[in-house]
Amino acid sequence: MTASRPTTRPRKEPSSAKPGRKAAARRSGAGHRTDLLEAMLRIRRFEERCVELYSAARIRGFVHLYIGEEAVAVGVTGALEPGDAVVSTYREHGHALARGLTPESVMAEMHGKATGCSGGRGGSMHLFDASRRFYGGSAIVAGGLPLAAGLALADLMRGLPGVTCCFFGDGAFAEGEFHETANLAALWNLPLLLVCENNLYAMGTALAREHAQTDLAMRAASYGMPAWAVDGMDVEAVEQAARRAVGGIRAGAGPHFLELRTYRFRAHSMYDPDRYRDKAEVERWKSRDPIARLTERMRDGGELDDEALARTEQRLAEEIDHAVTAAERAPEEPVGDLLRHVTSAPYGEVSRP
Amino acid sequence: MSTGTRARGTTYREAMREALREALRSDERVFLMGEDVGRYGGCFGVSLGLLEEFGPDRVRDTPLSESAFVGAGIGAALAGMRPVVEIMTVNFSLLALDQILNNAATLLHMSGGQLPVPLVIRMTTGAGRQLAAQHSHSLESFYAHIPGIRVLAPATLEDARHVLAPALADPDPVVIFEHGSLYNAAGELDPAAGPVELDRAAVRRPGTDVSLITYGGSLPKALAAADELAADGVDAEVVDLRSLRPLDGATIAASVARTHRAVVVDEAWRTGSLAAEVSARIAEESFYELDAPVERVCSAEVPIPYARQLEEAALPQTADIVAAAHRAVD
Repeated sequence: MTASRPTTRPRKEPSSAKPGRKAAARRSGAGHRTDLLEAMLRIRRFEERCVELYSAARIRGFVHLYIGEEAVAVGVTGALEPGDAVVSTYREHGHALARGLTPESVMAEMHGKATGCSGGRGGSMHLFDASRRFYGGSAIVAGGLPLAAGLALADLMRGLPGVTCCFFGDGAFAEGEFHETANLAALWNLPLLLVCENNLYAMGTALAREHAQTDLAMRAASYGMPAWAVDGMDVEAVEQAARRAVGGIRAGAGPHFLELRTYRFRAHSMYDPDRYRDKAEVERWKSRDPIARLTERMRDGGELDDEALARTEQRLAEEIDHAVTAAERAPEEPVGDLLRHVTSAPYGEVSRP
Repeated sequence: MSTGTRARGTTYREAMREALREALRSDERVFLMGEDVGRYGGCFGVSLGLLEEFGPDRVRDTPLSESAFVGAGIGAALAGMRPVVEIMTVNFSLLALDQILNNAATLLHMSGGQLPVPLVIRMTTGAGRQLAAQHSHSLESFYAHIPGIRVLAPATLEDARHVLAPALADPDPVVIFEHGSLYNAAGELDPAAGPVELDRAAVRRPGTDVSLITYGGSLPKALAAADELAADGVDAEVVDLRSLRPLDGATIAASVARTHRAVVVDEAWRTGSLAAEVSARIAEESFYELDAPVERVCSAEVPIPYARQLEEAALPQTADIVAAAHRAVD
């Protein structure tokens, strides 16, 4: 151990870490599965509406859909506490909604309105909510990773119990910023949860065409941190793994890495003709739909019937209708405020156009 | 701390170290992070002794991962700390440019005002020490191009001593350029000097015949040129930009209104340089004040070479400034 390694939190082995009994009770059982299902359905229905709005030219820019990957956002954020921090990617609607940003504020942002969660300055790829410690979507692949290490470092130095959760994809794993951050986090024993959403494609480049060694969890483990590959299409498996990792981090065992094996059912973005994937492969993954899988499990266990599901769908449809209506009616940010927020206080002539 | 009223001898390096010591003592949120800032004492010796005084958590040696530790500084700033991140040289800072431009400079705006980034980044810049083409460049204009960050170039002992506190008090990212040739500059620290006014340029020598407008490592050359010009009967005013973003247009315009001639001295390459920006400002705002075309003295457009005579030929020298001033005046 070097002198520069902070010792604010005692370093422990991850196996000794267990979530608190109370938290475990709250997070298991039929009621909890209902919550998980609703959270995944909210993301799915929200994004389906986004497709309609995009086709009608009501929202613009890049829109990267998360459909198929909902179990990752819902399972991972389910293991976090309000004081924890989240850093996301440009495919972030799911992370934002799962973290508790309202469909209304996200929809308004996608409409570029003043009431949006970023005041209309971010759009789909840059959703922020400081009150929820949601540090937003980065559209530079791997660009959020160093920042997440810093959030974790600050919590560590300030003696706070927070864990920082950073989402990124298999594409980011090829970037230097991932490797620099993994090394730094392990070296400094940072309370950082590295969540790799391995959906098998970096935009259009298949995993095996971008990585010489495709076992990402194994490579992450080489930095000296616990690293597990998890079925990212099973929300309960994701949550269980995330709880175990977060428990270990909070107990002082340093950064943990989760490789969540998942798949996006839609194209990379609304511009993508999706020519690089075999249709049969897409259909094969769709048969593992995380929402259908949980629904089936709940039906088998007698925890869900058609009526209850219909009620949930109805409530979500109303919630999203309301979000769209509110976004359409919301005021636009005045053009006169173009330069607002470039700096905290306006200064100097260079800030004028 | 230099709390006495008597002037005392110091160097630029010591003044900067004293400023760091003061910041670390006065605010527990402040910490210093970078390559070899701790046990080594800083690549240029600025942080020598601070590890012993403040410990490894607050004087934090990092791996050679510019992007990761600059980004970590941004994240720590977001979460309530006041990091000072040292990058060894401006050439290495390019490895962290993604974090500086795409995160530090954009987060406040992109988040609709929710996420200010109170981060200070210090780095060494400039040539003159035969360090060749990967340790000698002046890329200040790259950073001065970016809305959302403040860019400073302290060039005097007083500015070195008093720039850090106001930089740390700024809620937004501040990049401080320390010219490598200045670290050994020695002299008496003016005891009356207070915190640097971050938005303001400084007139280092008043004059009436020509304005020599410069910053950073070129300031001593401009002052030497002014002395030579005085011997030739030319009364040169020397303006130290000090703040490269925002530019203090008012001080530049007022100087040109006094002298009606301007020579812009900039160690960076001429094309797309700060000298180009300053010249354009003068053309826009002071066109009718000018009695002669604006002159620029910049580095030759070449990767800075190693050999002494080649390096000297590549850089703005006092004689070049004197010659440019004569062209403007004569």
